[in-house]
Amino acid sequence: MSTEAVAQPAGRTRTRAKARAKVGKGPGRGGQVLLWLGVILTIVFCLFPFYWMINTSLKTGAELSTGHLFPHHPSVDNYTSIFKNSDFTTALKTSAIVAGGSTIIALTIGSFAAYALARLRFKFKFLILAIILSTTTFPPIAIAAPLFKIWTSNSIFGYHLYNTYPGLILPFLTFVLPLTIYILTSFFQEIPKDLEEAALVDGATRFQAFRKVVVPLAAPGLVTAGLLAFIFAWNEFLLSITLTSSANRRPVSAAIAFFTGSQQFEIPLGTIAAATVTITVPLIALVIIFQKRIVAGLTAGAVKG
Amino acid sequence: MSAAQATVAARPRRRSEVSERRLAAYLVSPSLIVIAIVAAYPICYAIWLSLHQYSLIHPGLSRWVGLGNYRDAVTSSEFWSATKITFIFTVISVFLELVIGLGMALLMHAAFRGRAVLRAVVLVPWAVLTVGTAMMWKTIFDADLGFANQVLQALHLPGGHTVWLGQNGYAMAVMIFADVWKTAPFMALLLLAGLQVIPDDVYEAAKVDGATAWQRFTTITLPLLRPAILVALIFRTLDALRIFDLPFVLTQGSNGTTTLSLYAYQQLTQNRLIGPGSALAVLTFVIVMAVSFLYIRLVGGNIRALADET
Repeated sequence: MSTEAVAQPAGRTRTRAKARAKVGKGPGRGGQVLLWLGVILTIVFCLFPFYWMINTSLKTGAELSTGHLFPHHPSVDNYTSIFKNSDFTTALKTSAIVAGGSTIIALTIGSFAAYALARLRFKFKFLILAIILSTTTFPPIAIAAPLFKIWTSNSIFGYHLYNTYPGLILPFLTFVLPLTIYILTSFFQEIPKDLEEAALVDGATRFQAFRKVVVPLAAPGLVTAGLLAFIFAWNEFLLSITLTSSANRRPVSAAIAFFTGSQQFEIPLGTIAAATVTITVPLIALVIIFQKRIVAGLTAGAVKG
Repeated sequence: MSAAQATVAARPRRRSEVSERRLAAYLVSPSLIVIAIVAAYPICYAIWLSLHQYSLIHPGLSRWVGLGNYRDAVTSSEFWSATKITFIFTVISVFLELVIGLGMALLMHAAFRGRAVLRAVVLVPWAVLTVGTAMMWKTIFDADLGFANQVLQALHLPGGHTVWLGQNGYAMAVMIFADVWKTAPFMALLLLAGLQVIPDDVYEAAKVDGATAWQRFTTITLPLLRPAILVALIFRTLDALRIFDLPFVLTQGSNGTTTLSLYAYQQLTQNRLIGPGSALAVLTFVIVMAVSFLYIRLVGGNIRALADET
């Protein structure tokens, strides 16, 4: 059992923060100025580009090419136009189905694997973990190329996977599943063994102990893994453009790249900005609401060893 | 896996090692099967494809060429140029992300009011859709109408008329900048997690001994942060080596931004060269794997620790 994993209860973090505050790093006045300068720089660095996108999305016509920091004639035309554009709304639906589908599958089978890796004793454990984790290093191009050939030329039980939902969900698992297993394994290791042992003594089977005791306790871990899996799948680009051919099966990331203006070299700036803001705001909201969970997931295992 | 099977596995009243092993096999196999189908098999198939030459005129017609496609790849200047571009991008962007990420992590670690806000703000770039940000940088760095040039002109700084994405070097700089913006905060979070497990008493002791802030940073923070730094470097390096969406959206690979993934993609989809394209995809895979093995030799203990903790 690791006691110094990152995914520690919030209480402990708070006490530590308090302790630190009491100790005080004692930066002098110069230090304080430097600190706040850094804070302001970081905030501007992180937020300004996104602000610029919002700003652009509210501009129309000639104002798009101006450097105004605020839209002088704010308008929601870009937003109404993207929601009238069926390619965009369909892409939203496709992304929800594809990212959601791969997340649910990964959470289900990934939690089984993670439980075994965290709790059970068996041979080749290190090898299995190494295999699972090594798939996260696969470049998507090395998977997209052969899958494109398989999806287009071979049928599986008379079913072509090219340009379909399952045709995206399956390959998304190559990166969603290892991520889920990795996060869940470190979460399962945090759960005290005694509770399960008690259930086992009471006559529960291992699987019942897993389902009735471990899974509920690991709920925060499942939320974390699910959110990260969803965000990674939502962001996926290379497989999305390679394995789809029509607007009705293109996820948002691919759809945005295919937005074209009336002229060949014209970028429909306003609508792209509006589309990006639209699909990003829900993610930012999720990330801020579940901030602690997400940070715990992103850093799971990062400070071990 | 059904509960029934698991029950069978656990039938012996005392959990024998055999039943535990069998349950483990049931639990792990769905994941392994999925990985075999969607990752291992495609890679093997890519290798198979890369050993053939495919006819453009007669679809389905192919001819075994052995390592011919690989020979063509490694003797072509395009491959080496893509490799060089990929490594230049990786080294510079990961280095900058480490430096900026470390700075941000130290800020987030410092005790001040409103620290929680900063920690939330830092997550924003990470949450923005990559393709969307690429589009955004493309417009910001537009030569005529872009915000970057307008600011430079307004401040009467040199370079206000730079064609950012239209020339070698500058295009790469924009690509690196876009990547650093998106991922330095991620690096910062990993490093912050590392900072949080360094006990405060170590700093206290050093302070009592009269160590300066800089001395404390170089003799305590950096050495104790080493594992977190290595993990963050692995994550970012492997991601950077596979970079595809940024050059695809920003420049379509023009002006010295054709990375390995993008080059392989262009050969496969635009030029329909399945054999040579697959060879490039496999070479990209080999390069990424080689780098990750190097790293794992450095920090192999981390994964082993995760496996051995039971």
